[in-house]
Amino acid sequence: MAEARTPTRLTYDYVTRTIARTLGAPTRGYFLLLGSAVGLLGVGIITLLFLLRYGLGLAGYSHPVYWAVFITCFVFWVGIAHSGTLISAILFLFRSGWRTAVYRTAEAMTVFAVMTAGLFPLIHIGRQWYFYWLIPYPNERGLWPNFKSPLIWDEFAIGTYFTVSTVFLIMGLIPDIAAVRDLATGWRKKLYGITALGWTGANEQWRHYTRGYLYLAALATPLVLSVHSVVSWDFAMAIVPGWHATLFAPYFVAGAIYSGVGMVITLLVPIRRLFHLEEIITVDHFENLAKLCLLTGSIVSFSYVTENFVAWFSGNAAERAAFWYRAFGPYWWASWTMNICNGLLPWLLWSKKVRTNITALFVISIFVNIGMWFERYVIIVVSLAGEPFEPWANAVYNPTWADWGIMAGSFGWFFMWFLLFVKNFPAVSISEVKEVLVPPRRQKARAGAQHT
Amino acid sequence: MTTHLRLPLPKPLQEIFHPPPTPGVLGIFQYLDATLDAIKKLRAAGHTDFTVYSPIPRHEIEDVLDQPVSPVRMFTLVGGIAGCAIGAWLTLWMSYDWPIQVGGKPIGSVPPYVVIMFEMTVLFGALSTILGILFNAAFAARRGGTIQYDPRFTNDRFGVFVPAGSDKAARLEALLREAGAEEVHRG
Repeated sequence: MAEARTPTRLTYDYVTRTIARTLGAPTRGYFLLLGSAVGLLGVGIITLLFLLRYGLGLAGYSHPVYWAVFITCFVFWVGIAHSGTLISAILFLFRSGWRTAVYRTAEAMTVFAVMTAGLFPLIHIGRQWYFYWLIPYPNERGLWPNFKSPLIWDEFAIGTYFTVSTVFLIMGLIPDIAAVRDLATGWRKKLYGITALGWTGANEQWRHYTRGYLYLAALATPLVLSVHSVVSWDFAMAIVPGWHATLFAPYFVAGAIYSGVGMVITLLVPIRRLFHLEEIITVDHFENLAKLCLLTGSIVSFSYVTENFVAWFSGNAAERAAFWYRAFGPYWWASWTMNICNGLLPWLLWSKKVRTNITALFVISIFVNIGMWFERYVIIVVSLAGEPFEPWANAVYNPTWADWGIMAGSFGWFFMWFLLFVKNFPAVSISEVKEVLVPPRRQKARAGAQHT
Repeated sequence: MTTHLRLPLPKPLQEIFHPPPTPGVLGIFQYLDATLDAIKKLRAAGHTDFTVYSPIPRHEIEDVLDQPVSPVRMFTLVGGIAGCAIGAWLTLWMSYDWPIQVGGKPIGSVPPYVVIMFEMTVLFGALSTILGILFNAAFAARRGGTIQYDPRFTNDRFGVFVPAGSDKAARLEALLREAGAEEVHRG
């Protein structure tokens, strides 16, 4: 199978030590990165304080655009989260050997991206201290939430997704924490000794663990498809032209995985370089990620074509006007950024030369993320601004410093957690990378005949 | 000097987390096939209560151990069904508890509630799967008592621990060495 993708000459011991080495003393560069992340977070916090003091008007909200950059960022970060579960759960069910070297990073990215996404609806509601009104809890008014609203579905979907992806990440970490515990000394040995929950690799542990992991993957697979479908229904259930489309669920899911794979590449390239993991995360892994990017990017391009075709073919004047406004209205620059980054750029990946060139992939992955951010901006802001139901209310919305401040803060928040994670826990799965190696055998002749 | 009345106090936590050490023999193996040989020999000799350590789950080990399928699947099933039921109850009961007509739809309209039911199925299914793993692994550890372990088992060595009194230890040691154990420890 995919066994050959990780060089088979690696030994178990080499894998354990190489990955455990990533947890060594942090360098000056690491602190510099962490410091910048915390600094960006500080910018976000200060902006939030201004928003609390002076209200959401600072964020440029005005009629008819009341869903803008915050909701764009929410969808962007939820989308980033999706490829993590795709790689860790769906490819697990498909028994793709190559996922083992990259899935931990992707999964950690998922958890932190959902944590980031979850902040945006709270910032967007303006009065964060009333957030619990969304939760169905018995209250003195005897009222319950409206379960027919896609916003309540979203709350349940994101809440479930956050919980399940977190426990999935922790489950995967347990054997690796045990492996690190057995190498560590001092306070780290104590910390990992507690967090490994007594893992020894005994057959009774593996028996329940592997079964449970399989069922978690089986539950996470439909979950990941449902979460972005539900996010898309936040829009598709409304009657705004440009939102009201049955295409939205698969279109959003493909876009989410596309942007998520882009982010995985963006994160893996520096991690591989800084931690010297070239032997474990090989060019083949990047090529596979690039192929995933190509596949989902092509689905996204196809959706763009379909969306425009349906708008024209429907003969619906409002729908046609919305799409004309999108491409040739005042927001033409956003639309064409999205079309070029998501519709044309992935086609470069047909070339094997590009797919195996790490620098090229890194640059493309950044443009993928820019393109996907603009896709959400175009869908949300441009559809609202050009709403043909209320022609008298049309207005061009422009993001303000408060929008950019909160957005910068969200990147700081995400990278802060991610950097703390990679220095304290194995960023590559130790036990699963070993699973795709040829196990040590006494009779070398039989090694060739072994199967996985 | 007064005599203290000494009552043997029960220490339930001590018993759960630090059960007394189980005497036995631990074999450390470098090779997977040697480990498999040892397991086969032990099973042929009638041993059933031994523990196999491995850094990764290997299907060959599962095959020769021939254990029943883990009961974790029942936890997943029950959790999932319970979650689905809770989702249905939550949405329908709350809708009828304070009926509000929204968009001309029936008070309790099932199609939109399917989303909530689905999410609750996954949530409860996943959480009870985790509980299932923890419970089952904890009970297994409880049955085994405190047994010998070597830190290399999470790195690159396989291990077999057979609980045995001093009478059987010599025979087991010979068996493990014959199967290809690198080291054998008695404890």
